[in-house]
Amino acid sequence: MKTYKIQEDIIAEFEVFDDWLDKYNYLIDLSSDLPAFDSKFKTNEYLINGCQSKVWLKADLEAGKIIFSADSDAIITKGIVSLLIRVLSGHEPKEIMDADLAFIDRIGLRENLSPTRSNGLLAMVKQMKLYALAYQTRLEKEAGR
Amino acid sequence: MIFDVEKIRQDFPILSRKVYDHPLAYFDNGATTQKPRQVIETVRKYYEEENSSIHRGIHYLSEHSTGIYEKARETARGFINAASTNEIIFTSGATGSINTIAFSFGEKFISKGDEVILSEMEHHANIVPWQMMCKRKGAKIKVIPFNEKGELILEEYEKLLSTKTRIVAVTHISNTLGTINPVREIIRRAHAMNVPVLIDGAQAVQHESVDVQELDADFYVFSGHKVYAPNGIGVLYGKEALLYDMPPYQGGGDMIDCVTFEKTTYNELPFKFEAGTMNYIGAAGLASALDYISGVGIDSIREYEHSLLEYATMKLMSVPGLQIYGSAPEKISILSFLMEGIHPYDAGMVLDKLGIAIRTGTHCNQPVMDHFKITGTLRASLAFYNTTREIDRLYDGLLRVLKMFG
Repeated sequence: MKTYKIQEDIIAEFEVFDDWLDKYNYLIDLSSDLPAFDSKFKTNEYLINGCQSKVWLKADLEAGKIIFSADSDAIITKGIVSLLIRVLSGHEPKEIMDADLAFIDRIGLRENLSPTRSNGLLAMVKQMKLYALAYQTRLEKEAGR
Repeated sequence: MIFDVEKIRQDFPILSRKVYDHPLAYFDNGATTQKPRQVIETVRKYYEEENSSIHRGIHYLSEHSTGIYEKARETARGFINAASTNEIIFTSGATGSINTIAFSFGEKFISKGDEVILSEMEHHANIVPWQMMCKRKGAKIKVIPFNEKGELILEEYEKLLSTKTRIVAVTHISNTLGTINPVREIIRRAHAMNVPVLIDGAQAVQHESVDVQELDADFYVFSGHKVYAPNGIGVLYGKEALLYDMPPYQGGGDMIDCVTFEKTTYNELPFKFEAGTMNYIGAAGLASALDYISGVGIDSIREYEHSLLEYATMKLMSVPGLQIYGSAPEKISILSFLMEGIHPYDAGMVLDKLGIAIRTGTHCNQPVMDHFKITGTLRASLAFYNTTREIDRLYDGLLRVLKMFG
C-alpha cells in the first residue's frame, strides 16, 4: 500500500492548482527533477512507441525492488513520467502489478490515458506493469528452485 | 460583396461552444471541417421525414429517397463540372475513392514491371493503396520530390515519366505544406505519354474552384467531411471510358445486373462501383454542403482565406524561433510550423487548454517529415469561418508556450 500513500501526496500537491496551465507548469518543474537518463539506453529496445512523443523506459531489479528510469522528448510527457516513477519505482514487483493508479484520474490527467492521445502514457503504465510481471515471474522461479 | 465572417459563423453551431472555459478556436480544418446548420438540418430532416433505402423499393419513400440521392449526384457533378453523372461515384471518402481506383485500375491496367508515379508530399491514403496494388502486381512506385519551399520539382517528374508508367497519382494541395500543385501541367505532361492521372482533391475542393474537364483529370477524388459535409461520404470522379473498362472493386447489392451462381453481370455506371446500401443520407448532406459553399461563393472563400493566410503567416513569423514549413507562393491557408527547441506535443497540449484546436504530429505525411528531417509539426489549417481575432489568440497562445518551454 506504499504506492497509495505516494499517490495521496501527489493528489494533494495538484489540488492547489485550479488552472490547467499551472498544472502543466508544475509538470514542467517535475520533469527537471527526473534523474538523467543515460543516452546509451535511448534505443529502440527501451522505446515505448507513443507516436507523437517518445518515451524510453528501463527497469532494473535491485534487492528485490524494481528501479525504473525513463526519459521523454516532450516535457509535459516527461513530467507525467516522473510522477509514474515516483509512484511505482522502488517497490516490489507484486506491489507494482497490483497498484491501482487512481491518482491519474484524480489530478485530471485521465484524458492523457486515452489511446488516441498518443503520448504513450497508457503504453507506459502497461510497460511498467509488464516489467513487474516479468521480474515477479523470475523471482518466483528462483524461489522455487 | 463584402465577406461577412460573423454572419457565416452563425451558420456553424459548434463555433459558439466553449472548450476549457475558452471560446473554441478551431484550426484543425485540414483534418475535418465543422458543419453548417443547413447540412445538419438536411440530415435531421432526412431521418425524420424521408428515410428509406435507395434503388430498392417501389414504394413512395424509396422512390423519394432515390430521387434525393441521384439529385445529390447531379450536385456533385456540377460542383466539379464533370461531363456526366455516370462519372460520379459515391464512396466513403477520398481514401475509399483511391482504394477503389488503385484496386480496380490496377487489376485492369497494371502488370509486373510497370510503374506508378506518386509525389513525396502525398497523404498516406495516396501511398498505401498503391503500395498494396504494386505488391500484388509486381509493379514499382516512383516518387516526384519537392524542393525546400515545398514545390514539386517538375524536371524530376519529367525524368520519371516513361513507357513503363501506367498512372500518375498526385495531390492537388498538400495537407501539410499547403502547396497548390500545378496539376494542369502535371496532367498535360502525363497525357503526352498517354498516361492517365489521378488527382487527390481532399484538401482542394473546399478552397479552390475545381473543373475536372478544364484540368482534363482522369480521376479526381475528395471527401465530404473536409468540405463541410457529414462524415463517411466522398466522391470518385473518373472519365467514363476508363471507368467503363475497369472491373468493380467490391461486390454486393446494387452493383449487379443479374446474379446466378454461375455468372454475375454488372450494373451500368455509376452503379457498378456502388456495392451495398450506399450512404445516401451522407450524399444528401454532401449536396447540401456543396450548395452552401456555392452559395457563399468559392472565389469569395478563396480570397478571404488567402487574407487569413497572409495575416497568420505574418503573426507566426513574428514569434521568436518559429519556423514555417511550406512557403510555396501558391499555397492555401495551411501553416505547418515548429518552435525552436519545443516539442510540438508540448505546444499543442498548452494551446488545447486555451481552447485552441490545432493538429500536432505527422499529419499522415511521414515522407514530408522525413524530407525535413523532423518528427512532426504543429499545423493550423484555416477555414473561411476563422477570424483574425482567433489568429491573434493563437499568436498569444504561442507566446505563452514560449514562456513555459522556451
